[in-house]
Amino acid sequence: MGRSALLLCQLLVAVIFLGLWQFFATVPVFGRMWLPPFFFSNPVDVGSQIVAWFRSGVIWKHLVITLWESVLAFAIGSLAGVLVGFWFARQPRIAAIFDPYVKMVNALPRVVLAPIFTLWLGLGIWSKVALGVTLVFFIVFFNVYQGVKEVSPTVLANGRMLGMSEKQLMRHVFWPSALSWMFSSLHTSVGFAVVGAVVGEYLGSAAGLGYLIQQAEGVFDVAGVFAGMFVLSAFVILIDFGVILVERRLLVWRPDAGEGRGG
Amino acid sequence: MLDDATVAFRLADARVYTAVEKAQLAVEQGEFVAIVGPTGCGKSTLLNIVAGLLRPASGSVHVFNRPLVGLNRDAGYLFQADALFPWKTALDNVAIGLEVQGVARAEALTRAQQWLTSVGLGAFANRYPHMLSGGQRKRVGLAQVLIRDPKILLMDEPFGPLDAQTRQIMGNLLLQLWTKDRKAVLFVTHDLEEAIALADRVVIMSAGPGSRIIGNWPVPLPRPRDIFEIRLEREFHALHKEIWSVLKDEVMKGYAQSSQAAEAG
Repeated sequence: MGRSALLLCQLLVAVIFLGLWQFFATVPVFGRMWLPPFFFSNPVDVGSQIVAWFRSGVIWKHLVITLWESVLAFAIGSLAGVLVGFWFARQPRIAAIFDPYVKMVNALPRVVLAPIFTLWLGLGIWSKVALGVTLVFFIVFFNVYQGVKEVSPTVLANGRMLGMSEKQLMRHVFWPSALSWMFSSLHTSVGFAVVGAVVGEYLGSAAGLGYLIQQAEGVFDVAGVFAGMFVLSAFVILIDFGVILVERRLLVWRPDAGEGRGG
Repeated sequence: MLDDATVAFRLADARVYTAVEKAQLAVEQGEFVAIVGPTGCGKSTLLNIVAGLLRPASGSVHVFNRPLVGLNRDAGYLFQADALFPWKTALDNVAIGLEVQGVARAEALTRAQQWLTSVGLGAFANRYPHMLSGGQRKRVGLAQVLIRDPKILLMDEPFGPLDAQTRQIMGNLLLQLWTKDRKAVLFVTHDLEEAIALADRVVIMSAGPGSRIIGNWPVPLPRPRDIFEIRLEREFHALHKEIWSVLKDEVMKGYAQSSQAAEAG
């Protein structure tokens, strides 16, 4: 299938989907409305809500807040994950001691932490950043840990035979290997950073996309809920596109660049 | 170089597995020695001991009359499996050998480019290992090892994974580079023809466990050699026949043992 034909088919799916939605939400069939407007709204209303948000400019503030929270959560979570993952992989004893606790914390559904973070850090952005960090940290941590542990023994032996000191092995062998694993989980960890931010906002905040959706839901404004969801999807797709660009740049040396190994 | 080196491993079930027993092997400076043996006889283990990657359970390794402690700093090692750093370009892979020694990066890169050219990959400097063919990767590996100018060259079935033609081309390249400064070479292979074609001396190991060195044949073929041509010579055939008559039994033994082990396991 050609590129344009593929694009056409993809567009067609959207058109049919929206068309059916609009039809069943506005035209009664066999004497009843199959998608009652109260529960399902309709594409036109949702669209005009989105347009209204952008026209008044009110959406930008929320987008910027959510983006900022995601970026912070990603940066802090990744940094901590890389450092701790590296440390554990090089110090098996420490890893063994902390192993049950790491598993315990990771087993916890992160949503239950949200109230605690709100209590500790208030309703501002930091409680959302903290929630995102707990999600991102573990993905990066496990990937980096694995990456350092699974350095090919031959490559490692080769480094030694080439006369590398421990420090040089770190720099030329362990570090690139760990980073490559971290980057391969980039899609997942960036996605989770956004999830952390939005869920945090949803559970209690004064701004952000999650807040917007929660507000609309609070007044049974279904069009607002759907509009918030669409903006959120578009937002995530844009970020993902950015991640793909970064990945192409950083993983040129990998034959399977782009196939993520996510947690 | 090797003096009564015995290699034993403690297996998970606390039995001791003696991989190589009392191997004695001396390699002169400038000598090209090939070690041939059936699969699983511990050829690579022997090489790892000389490299200092493994320590013998008893016996010792002497390098230039000094006992080997830790890694063998005089040796360059060409591995059987892919050992290039996948995140470095061919050029960086070769240059790293010098950079590690503290050579300035600019100079390391210039010399790495020269080495790449001398192994016939001058135009591939910016490729990453996964973009190169198996033979090209081996060439980069060769350059990576040789740029450090090691006094001893250890090679563990380096051309094993390559196809027959590429192997011969690589063999000729190796001989051509080796002739320039004649390092001591320890070349492990399971291919007797390759061993005779390349080496000054062929050493045969028995089937494991407790593998021993059971034969030692000088190869009186004249140098410089061409690997394609040398196989057609009468002397080559005579020697091949003679060594094979000994090696064949060991290959059969090794095969029988591994198939028994497979049945038992």
